[in-house]
Amino acid sequence: MDRYYAYILLILGVFWLLLSGHYTPLLLSLGGGSVAVVVWFMWRIDRIDGEPFVIHVTLRVIGYSFWLFKEVVKANIDVASRIWDPNMPLAPVWVRLDTTVSTPLEKTTYANSITLTPGTLTTDVEDDHFMVHSLSEEGIEDLRRGEMERRVRKLGI
Amino acid sequence: MAASLEILSWFCFLVGGGLCITGGVGVLRFPDFFTRVHAASVTETLATPLLLIGLMLQLDNWLDLVKALYVLLFVLITGPTAAHALAKGALHHGSKPVLSGDPKLQTGDSESNNREDESSNS
Amino acid sequence: MYTAAVIAILVTMVLSLIRAFMGPTIYDRMLAANVFGTKTVLLIAIGGHALSWTSFLDVALLYAMLNFVGTIAIMRFFEYVDPEEVPSEDLDEASDAGGKS
Repeated sequence: MDRYYAYILLILGVFWLLLSGHYTPLLLSLGGGSVAVVVWFMWRIDRIDGEPFVIHVTLRVIGYSFWLFKEVVKANIDVASRIWDPNMPLAPVWVRLDTTVSTPLEKTTYANSITLTPGTLTTDVEDDHFMVHSLSEEGIEDLRRGEMERRVRKLGI
Repeated sequence: MAASLEILSWFCFLVGGGLCITGGVGVLRFPDFFTRVHAASVTETLATPLLLIGLMLQLDNWLDLVKALYVLLFVLITGPTAAHALAKGALHHGSKPVLSGDPKLQTGDSESNNREDESSNS
Repeated sequence: MYTAAVIAILVTMVLSLIRAFMGPTIYDRMLAANVFGTKTVLLIAIGGHALSWTSFLDVALLYAMLNFVGTIAIMRFFEYVDPEEVPSEDLDEASDAGGKS
């Protein structure tokens, strides 16, 4: 747990240094003070909020981001073509999507990935299913094939 | 090298700008709230990164580059959360999505047209 | 080149403003305001670079954060307050100039 706060301290410190760009003693001490205050606030909030979640940025996570970006580009082309089509070929569906992801972090990642992809939108997250709104039946079919879910589970988070 | 970066940056700006307008048109044309969220996510997930990457290729100060990357990551991470909050709020108060086969889809933006008539009468 | 990008962003902002005025529901307006906010971030970033401002990206980053927090705050508010129950004059004043009767 102490390592967790050490990480946060380090990340916030680097974040501050990059944003500031001024390295005089006065500004450095102000920055150090504000980082310390923020970490103290986080420690206080974590006592009430329960376990904090930590995402380790591993090679797998980066690989998943690239795969997700490719999917997002494909979905964007589809939605853009629907927007410019004079007939507007929309067939929106709002259905239950059964899921097998179990940990809260996996659920969050999966639900946010679905929402990030244009054409599909998670409206509700339950224990064993999501409610998903999609612009077309094909979007839902793609999700039901479960490639995204498999990749999220393989992240091991 | 510099010339190819310039061309790549041009390409990003052009495609990004086009997609940006596409999303705006979609937000205006689509028939109900839930379909509009999809149109809005076109501008947020592809147009924004493309425009910001086009900008990053033009920057020569590495601090600015990192800041542009922060902006990009921040927009990408918060986008779905905001969309989810909006959709949940809309459902919570009883807006139901227009589904496939509903006559409203054929007549286009009937709901807001009615609303417009109302307001011009009053 | 910057001009083309800025014009595209401005056109999108106008389109989303039209949606924000048309409504019809409060959620459509919030969605349009959210799109408008994201476009403002881009406008500051690209316009700032084109006009060679200093620290324009800090302003853009701050605006991105405000845009997100604003959307979440308003959605939290309407989670507990039904928009239909707020007297319509209040809503008219608070959120729109041209829509709800």
